[in-house]
Amino acid sequence: MRTVTFHIKRYDPARDAQGSTRVQSFEIPHGGQLTVLEGLFYIQEKLDASLAFRYCCRASICGSCAMYINGRYRLACQTNVLHLHTDEVRIEPLPHMPLVKDLVCDMTDFFAKYEYIRPWLIRSSEAPAKEILQSQADRHKLNMPIDCILCGCCYSSCPSVWSEEHYLGPHALLWAYRFEVDSRDEARKERLPMWDNERGVYRCHTITNCVEACPKELNPTEGIQWLKMAAVRRRLFGASK
Amino acid sequence: MPHHQLIVVGGGLAGLRAAVEAKAAGLDVAILSQVHPGRSHSGAAQGGINAALGNNPDGHDDTPEKHAFDTVKGSDYLADQAAAIQMTRDAPGVIFEMDHWGCPFSRYDDGRIAQRPFGGAGFPRTCYGADKTGHYLLHTLVQQAYQRQITMYVEVFVTGLVVDEGRCRGVVAYDMIHGGLEAFTADAVVMATGGAGRIYGNSTNAIISTGGGAAMAYLAGVPLKDMEFVQFHPTGLLTTNILMTEGCRGEGGYLLNDEGERFMARYAPKAMELAPRDITSRSITTEINEGRGIGGADYVHLDLRHLGAERILERLPGIRDLAIHFEGVDPIEEPIPIRPVQHYTMGGIDCDVDGRTRLPGLYAAGECACVSVHGANRLGGNSLLETIVFGRRAGMAVVSDLEGGAPSGDAASAGRAAVAALESRVRDLVARGADGADPYAIRAEMVATTRDYFGVFREDAVMRTGLEILRRLKDRCSLVGLRNGGGVFNLDLIRTLELEGMVDLALCVAEGALARTESRGSHARTDFPARDDEKWLVHTLAYHTPEGPRLEYGPVALGTFEPQERKY
Repeated sequence: MRTVTFHIKRYDPARDAQGSTRVQSFEIPHGGQLTVLEGLFYIQEKLDASLAFRYCCRASICGSCAMYINGRYRLACQTNVLHLHTDEVRIEPLPHMPLVKDLVCDMTDFFAKYEYIRPWLIRSSEAPAKEILQSQADRHKLNMPIDCILCGCCYSSCPSVWSEEHYLGPHALLWAYRFEVDSRDEARKERLPMWDNERGVYRCHTITNCVEACPKELNPTEGIQWLKMAAVRRRLFGASK
Repeated sequence: MPHHQLIVVGGGLAGLRAAVEAKAAGLDVAILSQVHPGRSHSGAAQGGINAALGNNPDGHDDTPEKHAFDTVKGSDYLADQAAAIQMTRDAPGVIFEMDHWGCPFSRYDDGRIAQRPFGGAGFPRTCYGADKTGHYLLHTLVQQAYQRQITMYVEVFVTGLVVDEGRCRGVVAYDMIHGGLEAFTADAVVMATGGAGRIYGNSTNAIISTGGGAAMAYLAGVPLKDMEFVQFHPTGLLTTNILMTEGCRGEGGYLLNDEGERFMARYAPKAMELAPRDITSRSITTEINEGRGIGGADYVHLDLRHLGAERILERLPGIRDLAIHFEGVDPIEEPIPIRPVQHYTMGGIDCDVDGRTRLPGLYAAGECACVSVHGANRLGGNSLLETIVFGRRAGMAVVSDLEGGAPSGDAASAGRAAVAALESRVRDLVARGADGADPYAIRAEMVATTRDYFGVFREDAVMRTGLEILRRLKDRCSLVGLRNGGGVFNLDLIRTLELEGMVDLALCVAEGALARTESRGSHARTDFPARDDEKWLVHTLAYHTPEGPRLEYGPVALGTFEPQERKY
């Protein structure tokens, strides 16, 4: 049986001042196959029942367990300790986010900004009796943004988010892009003012931390750049795509 | 004390669809969910959602009636036929609605929704979005909930019902973010908490799929139906039990034993790898038991290599990522090691096609409910369909039932009493503290018992041993203590509070399985290998008593399709 040591950044609002965290270490035995999430459950069940973290699907699709692990943004469920090539694992909540407890951060602003860009299909024409036809080529335009799991890694990694609290962030803009490129959506005029401003796409300085941080290997920067070009095109040529 | 006309417990597809329906009709609706709705387990569904659209070139002759027949045959005739017909008739409409709301289904060249073959289906009728259909449907419905400004209480863990004058009038819950115990009152409650896969130690299900809604309804006196029918998915990833979609075989994947043989030819010569899940899981388990697992071990191979990189990357990209991340296997290069694992809870809260339960004011929809459309074995692609069809219908039923105005009675004082009872329960847990029984030890023993004693094949003596263990565990539940007293995001509290309900559900599975002396669908007994329509073409109804579940039996709605022997 091997062991691995988890060094976990902890915060308990009942005993620590906001912003004041401490690191606690736990030894975890394992037989070679251990994800960080499994290790956290081992601690919660056997070593310290007060440990708090988010979890749900444990199969990298729900976006609950995004954390900062050995200096990288990762999903705890998707991270096998063997692949870290060390027996010392430093686990922190998503940086630059307000804390609820331990590895659980407050996602309120994150979801409020997502909601702000109106992430739903908007149409004015009457719905057909069957599906709205969409060519394969048009459907392929959605491939990248629809795989976003809203885990928060990109948002937490973005220096523009750190420095401007009103910046919508890479996740919200990625979803704005997702509806802009959907051939079924008919609200381009209505959507433009939501992201065509200093809190929107122009706050992105193409630092591309989001691309590196995304555990689903998506490219929010690409979507944001597309939006910037679309804004220019629309100013020059009107509201067509 | 927050009050809403409708409280929906659970923010997955069924709950969201019910909420959207009721909100559109003007009701004040709130969703209470243990996780942000976008993180619900519906999002892990991969392969697709069935509807007789006839879009596939091989599916032009498909109809809702044929879909209903496949569903009923797949259920080993235990499904209520009128309910199956209702579901399949509603299916095309709800799929088109999801498309109109923006769901990114995969497409054919002519722009229509693409459909792939799935197990036990006479026609290719499974609509899909690559291999992330659940994720796409879920986010589409969450977005609809945002658009309609449905109130969402996120990270609120519901632990029980508020019942007043024989009516369900709300729920009590632990607010994970603020740390308090609280009642939420309502004129109606829709239970949509999903399956109970995690009562098994080898489940594809999310960690939160612990059957809470079914356990709460059961405790409130509502019977649970057909709980002994537990679906084992043929292709769970070897080391993690993570799902490898049936779509892998729908796209042409092979199942191979140690000799490299496509062994399904011996079990289902016509359908081969696309036999229904119960038959395929038994076939794999038989291969393993007879020593033809890979290298003699307890798994076989799911081989996609012959599909080629292009098809895998287009149709099954998520499967490839999962296999690489969690098993270290790239399906383009190597076969995937898989074995049957718990996947779906066919049984659940007894309700009708409109979600109404025997407790007025309480409705159920989705995997926590049992209408029953899946009977003894669910067909792949019918669970996503069930969530949306019956979520919508439950929402409609609430709207129509509340047309006469709010129910009488004092929901608020019933709510205060329920909170006081919960507070007292938590105080007892805290008082026992670390000296009390270890809830995690009980949980570990329970999930091993269901896995080892109530698996793919079942037998009287084995099940009796398992039942004894479960009864002992149930007794120990009253002795558990809390290691971590209070505060916010208290996982110890959540996981301890949900434990006894999980054991209750396991007992319903065990008692129902032991009593049913036949083999039907997923319930395969080595000591009673034949189906017995004479005696057992009936639904099991499990009622809560302090001594454990009391079983009654009720009729199956037949009338359209004559029960036949199932051959594929």
